[in-house]
Amino acid sequence: MAGSSGSFHEDVAHLSLETMDRHRAIVSIMEELEAVDWYDQRVSAASDGELGQILAHNRDEEKEHAAMLLEWLRRKDPGFEAQLRTYLFADTPVLEIEAVDNAAASGSDSEGSLGIGSLKTETGS
Amino acid sequence: MNDLHRELAPIDATAWEAIDSEAKRALKLVLAGRKLVDFEGPLGWSASAISLGRTKPLQKAPNDGVTAALRQVQPVVELRAPFTLSRTEIDAVPRGVKDVDLKAVTEAAQAIALAEDRAVFNGYAPASVRGICEAAAGAALTITEDYEAYPGVVAKALGEIRSAGVDGPYAIALGPKCYTGLMQTATKGGYPVIQHVRRLIDGPVVWAPAIDGAAVLSLRGGDFQLTVGRDFSIGYAGHAGASVDLYIEESFTFRVIDASAAVPLVYGRPSKR
Repeated sequence: MAGSSGSFHEDVAHLSLETMDRHRAIVSIMEELEAVDWYDQRVSAASDGELGQILAHNRDEEKEHAAMLLEWLRRKDPGFEAQLRTYLFADTPVLEIEAVDNAAASGSDSEGSLGIGSLKTETGS
Repeated sequence: MNDLHRELAPIDATAWEAIDSEAKRALKLVLAGRKLVDFEGPLGWSASAISLGRTKPLQKAPNDGVTAALRQVQPVVELRAPFTLSRTEIDAVPRGVKDVDLKAVTEAAQAIALAEDRAVFNGYAPASVRGICEAAAGAALTITEDYEAYPGVVAKALGEIRSAGVDGPYAIALGPKCYTGLMQTATKGGYPVIQHVRRLIDGPVVWAPAIDGAAVLSLRGGDFQLTVGRDFSIGYAGHAGASVDLYIEESFTFRVIDASAAVPLVYGRPSKR
């Protein structure tokens, strides 16, 4: 099993609440994906058909849990957000996505933008 | 490379940085609407309209036994502020000049920022934009140059917005005349009136040069929406011997979704007190 939520590598006194929460989510995702792998192997190995179906059902529920956690992490982590937006649900071969993305960025609409965007978080004068 | 054609301009990277930086500074100083309204985008230069979610029934369908309805959209408007820079000045930037003359950038940025804000606050009918003060004109309160009376008017405006069921936080956009008047006026006890206003408002007090009077509005979200296609960008138009022609460009539209979330304060005749 992956480490528990208590398995911080740094002194928690030096960690922000956000970092600790992300750690909890990451560890949980690891546990869920490990469970998926274990169930997957058992499904493959089970000699009883009904047992195999039950294990497959359980395995797929773990996938739901992992997906929920991954979505939480995406919402909290701009780095994951950017990478998942680039690589997930793309039709391009995975190894070509980075090159396509870079080419698009270099000729993109945002080139020349001053990046003003919303100023709502900046208080007025 | 895109249709801004920046790569064709005889401007080196350090000069582009100076130009972009000055434009950003001037835009952020003048823009008031973006400090107060919801922002959607940038959707890109190819975005042409936003959906209004409504349809308009058409009298005649292409065939009997069929009805037709046209989807309602609001088009984005393109704004462009052209300006010209001296090549002598641009070429001085890579040499490390400290007092480069970028006044033309500043003026273009101020012009296009004011244009956006005038549309946001006062509306821009040719582009089907209804502004905040225009949409909420029915609830407008009158102000005078008696700035000591201002906190009372602001409190009344807040009461009206709350009575309409719109919660906060609340902000106030002050036109230059209001801002200066409030900054220069103190109550009889010596307390600056602007501080009095700040205590009433739990959101920002924003200097808004596009407004004539002022506007109190809710920041709860969902009431005012600025949709941007291309966010402010600087492009290249051409160059002659001694000068380079550039422009600042954006595309946007603006919608007031719930006008009861704002109360304009408009200058009127002095009230009898």
